[in-house]
Amino acid sequence: MKISYRWLKEWVSTELDAEQVAERFTLAGLEVDSVDPVAPALDGVVVGEVLAVEPHPDADRLRVCQVAGDSEQRTIVCGAPNVRVGIKVPLATLGTELPGGLKIKPAKLRGVRSEGMLCSEPELGLGEDAGGLMVLPEEAETGAPLIEALGLDDHVLEIDLTPNRADCLSVRGLARELAALLGVEANGPPISAVAPVHDERLPIALDAAEDCPCYIGRIIRNVDVGAVTPLWMVERLRRCGIRSLGPIVDVTNYVLLELGQPMHAFDLARINGGIRVRRAQKGERMTLLDGREVELDPDLLLIADHARPLALGGIMGGADSAVDDGTRDILLESAWFNPASIIGRGRRFGLATESAHRFERGVDPALQRRAAERATALIMEIAGGEPGPILESQSPRYLPTNGKVALRPARLNRVLGTRLAEEEVLAILRRLDMSVEVGKESLEVIAPSARRDIAIEEDLIEEVARVYGYDRLPTRRPGGRLRIRLPGEAEVPERSLRTQLACRGFQEIMTWSFVGEGELEQLDLLDGAQPLANPLSRDMAVLRTSLLPGLLAVAGANLRRQHEDFRLFEIGTCFSSTGRGFSETRRLGLLMTGRERLEHFSGKPRALDFFDLKGEIEHLLAHNRVAGAVRFQPCSRAWLHPGQAADVYVDGERLGWLGQLHPGLVEHLDWPAIAFVAELDAGRLAQRDVPVFSELSRFPAVRRDLSLVVAEDVAVADLLDEIRRRGGELVRRIIVFDQYRGPGVEKNCKSLSIGLIIREVSRTLKDAEVDALVQEVVSALATRFDAKLRG
Amino acid sequence: MEPTVAEGLLEQALQLVAQAEDSRGLDQVRVRFLGKKGELTSQLKQLGALPPDQRREAGQAVNRSKQALETAIAEREQVLARAHLDARLKAERVDVTLPGRAHEAGGPHPVSRALDRILDIFNQLGFAVATGPEVEDDYYNFEALNFPEHHPARAMHDTFYLPDGRLLRTHTSPVQIRVMKGQEPPVRIVAPGRVFRSDSDQTHTPQFHQVEGLLVDRDVTFADLKGLLADFVNAFFEDELEVRLRPSYFPFTEPSAEVDVRWRNADGSPGRWLEVLGCGMVHPNVLRNCGIDPEAFTGYAFGLGVERFAMLRYRVNDLRLFFENDLNFLRQFR
Repeated sequence: MKISYRWLKEWVSTELDAEQVAERFTLAGLEVDSVDPVAPALDGVVVGEVLAVEPHPDADRLRVCQVAGDSEQRTIVCGAPNVRVGIKVPLATLGTELPGGLKIKPAKLRGVRSEGMLCSEPELGLGEDAGGLMVLPEEAETGAPLIEALGLDDHVLEIDLTPNRADCLSVRGLARELAALLGVEANGPPISAVAPVHDERLPIALDAAEDCPCYIGRIIRNVDVGAVTPLWMVERLRRCGIRSLGPIVDVTNYVLLELGQPMHAFDLARINGGIRVRRAQKGERMTLLDGREVELDPDLLLIADHARPLALGGIMGGADSAVDDGTRDILLESAWFNPASIIGRGRRFGLATESAHRFERGVDPALQRRAAERATALIMEIAGGEPGPILESQSPRYLPTNGKVALRPARLNRVLGTRLAEEEVLAILRRLDMSVEVGKESLEVIAPSARRDIAIEEDLIEEVARVYGYDRLPTRRPGGRLRIRLPGEAEVPERSLRTQLACRGFQEIMTWSFVGEGELEQLDLLDGAQPLANPLSRDMAVLRTSLLPGLLAVAGANLRRQHEDFRLFEIGTCFSSTGRGFSETRRLGLLMTGRERLEHFSGKPRALDFFDLKGEIEHLLAHNRVAGAVRFQPCSRAWLHPGQAADVYVDGERLGWLGQLHPGLVEHLDWPAIAFVAELDAGRLAQRDVPVFSELSRFPAVRRDLSLVVAEDVAVADLLDEIRRRGGELVRRIIVFDQYRGPGVEKNCKSLSIGLIIREVSRTLKDAEVDALVQEVVSALATRFDAKLRG
Repeated sequence: MEPTVAEGLLEQALQLVAQAEDSRGLDQVRVRFLGKKGELTSQLKQLGALPPDQRREAGQAVNRSKQALETAIAEREQVLARAHLDARLKAERVDVTLPGRAHEAGGPHPVSRALDRILDIFNQLGFAVATGPEVEDDYYNFEALNFPEHHPARAMHDTFYLPDGRLLRTHTSPVQIRVMKGQEPPVRIVAPGRVFRSDSDQTHTPQFHQVEGLLVDRDVTFADLKGLLADFVNAFFEDELEVRLRPSYFPFTEPSAEVDVRWRNADGSPGRWLEVLGCGMVHPNVLRNCGIDPEAFTGYAFGLGVERFAMLRYRVNDLRLFFENDLNFLRQFR
């Protein structure tokens, strides 16, 4: 809401300047976004009166003028074509700096001394007319500062009102608020009933009384639509952000700004029969004031006549019934619409009108008649006309009224932490125009009709706190009864995962939760993707089913920025909507590309491979003590290299996948390097087991190395499982320290070198026992995998 | 007196010890003179051939020589070991100013960094962390939080909807409801998380992060809220900044307030007021919706934007940078 400071001051007498008023509003919850002067600073520019004009002795186009200003008469050389004796014009005195930066200094123009400058509109930043001097009204007082003479010493306050304060969407409302804050009275222009001069009436039927329980009409005949709106009104409208559109519309807009009552004027000649306030019928059509033809729905409220819709009630008038150059008689409308019947309807047509904005939030239900009288008087003042009687249709049971709200001062002090006395509370409420009855334990309060937001005790507590001043309320340092609430030790906070990954060289990223369908489809991740009903764009149309698209987008962008070696991770929510229902899971996504480590003088670092990524995951699992047996198993994923793709399971439950990004995809993405990617269930990673001590062995361990030849397709994990099964608790660790193919090993076979670390807790093992154990393992491997010991 | 044979051998051996350059050379000397068949050892064996009255003295002389030689070998061994070590140390000297072997350092996202700091502060004050889903329904996101069905306050939240009417939460406040429904007062939680608004321009991203705080107990007052937030702001920015509360409106709190912080100019003087969070006393309807008697309990709630705090703390000048994930940007915060 934009409001002129001077207009406000007409209602409330105060010494505060615009900035100070803004500060008061802001600290009372009416946030002032900006305070702007309506004109540039024009210090030193005064009203000058041209007393004499002589030709310049040495220049045809210049004239030498005698000008009266703030002090003695001075000589000014002027080149404007319209300078003449007797006019009043802006005079920039010596030392003035004009908005364009020009500084006025004494100068000699072709030999004649000039002591100042007479100005045009653009030179002052006040308008576009560069054709000559800006001619001021006769009544402007010679020597007065120009800003004062033109009433330009005003500021516009732009106020960002919260939706509960509909009462402040007018000069009247803001004036009342300011008066309450300052503890003074607010007084607007007097409004009295305008006596009708004829008795022309029109039937008004409230067919939708719940939507519109009050409709006031008034016929005004013989208005002059060609009349010119006075400058003061145009200026006030302009300062509040509304353009002048002719006297009738200007008056309705003026009353809207002044009192907060949206109004409308119909061309009486276009109304068939009478007014009918009703809901639209399905498929009904009308043309709006902005020229668009729209199709209507039954939840829309119409102002119709007996033949057709005339206006979208409370939102926008219709083109067919609007006041235009040919209008002679008008019907003035001042109504109260139920906010629930207006809200959201305008937006359907992309309309955010001043009227809808106010009706949606709630207009004062006691205002309609007064507004109609005020508008009538203003129209008659400007455009003449003969008013008829007020035509009032009301359905009082649907009109809201403010009931009594009890406020217990004790409760107020309990909520605010204050010790306010009852009298103090009472005084604040009365400043807010609340009517208060003092009861035994509580104050019985009725809010003024404009306040649609006072329904319960807390509303009043807030009002008192607000006017009293939040800054004056007491402050208490944190304290209270502490209760220890720690996450269980078996829970790994995500933060800990992030720190671990950061320590391993991974950089955290945060990507969009929404992705494009095409993006998912290309990766074969579209399954279960949940679309949004109102996405911002096509490439943000569905909820992500995986962190992979985000990782790829970020990696791609950074590869293009010439980063070569990086590791990324993201922890975030993924969404899936399937036949079985909708789920949200926290996932951890990883991506590595480039070399195993940074380039170094000691030798060329090798390129990353699958086992670097796998090692990171094993490290995470180990570091977080993920409970259960971990198993990696080859898998097939559209986005992964078919020979370097694995699912990882913990106790048979899938934790996620990992692998090399499919080289075909890398090529399609036009990346200069391959990458390794993984996605794990972050929730499962966050469940670890709590350690339990087991007895230490004081006896030495022995290591036995085996070189085994097995068929190529034997999975090492199976081999190791068998060793563990056979070796039982004695085999403490197994190390795979070599893998070999080539001369000495049969085709389609591989040689594996495996070290066994063997130890007994309670004694030193004898060589023979170790030999027997190893022998048992070897024969089991021979039986199960046809493994042969290598020479 | 003539030197004995043993003394002669000793002298010869000592010369060889002095000449030995390594432990192998010393071993040779040891074997040659002290070994089973060594020259000094055989002197002992020859004692039997001497007349009995000379044996004792000759034996002592041989043993003295043996001991002297052993000592000399041990000393020489130490000298050689020290020299060997010295040589090794010299050979192994590196230029310690050469760069270490490393991979690129990782780090948290700046939003995580700010979030961790925020949560640390509230954890210290006994607030436990709670979380909730990102896809919510109208009830938790609006209705239970006292947003009337047709109310302009809903329009302030540009909501993303799913086709079935559910929505992406527009704030972390639904977590308040979930926690209060599952727990009797006292309640003391902070709820961090991602939230969504269908708004995208220079100062808005369609997703951002919030931290919601909620405390419900007996005798909780607005004064406690003021004190908590002032302490929090000062702790977060590590500065005694001026903090003011300004009345505002949220459907789920009353009285409600915006919290402004008086920023400092570059020279340390007080600068502009910056809005940093919203807060208020929990609205009695919200308590009632969660089965809590507003006459018995009061509470306060607050919500803050993590990106906003990250921008202020780390002087980031463009919100959108947080979701562009340019490594040149992210690596400034590791």
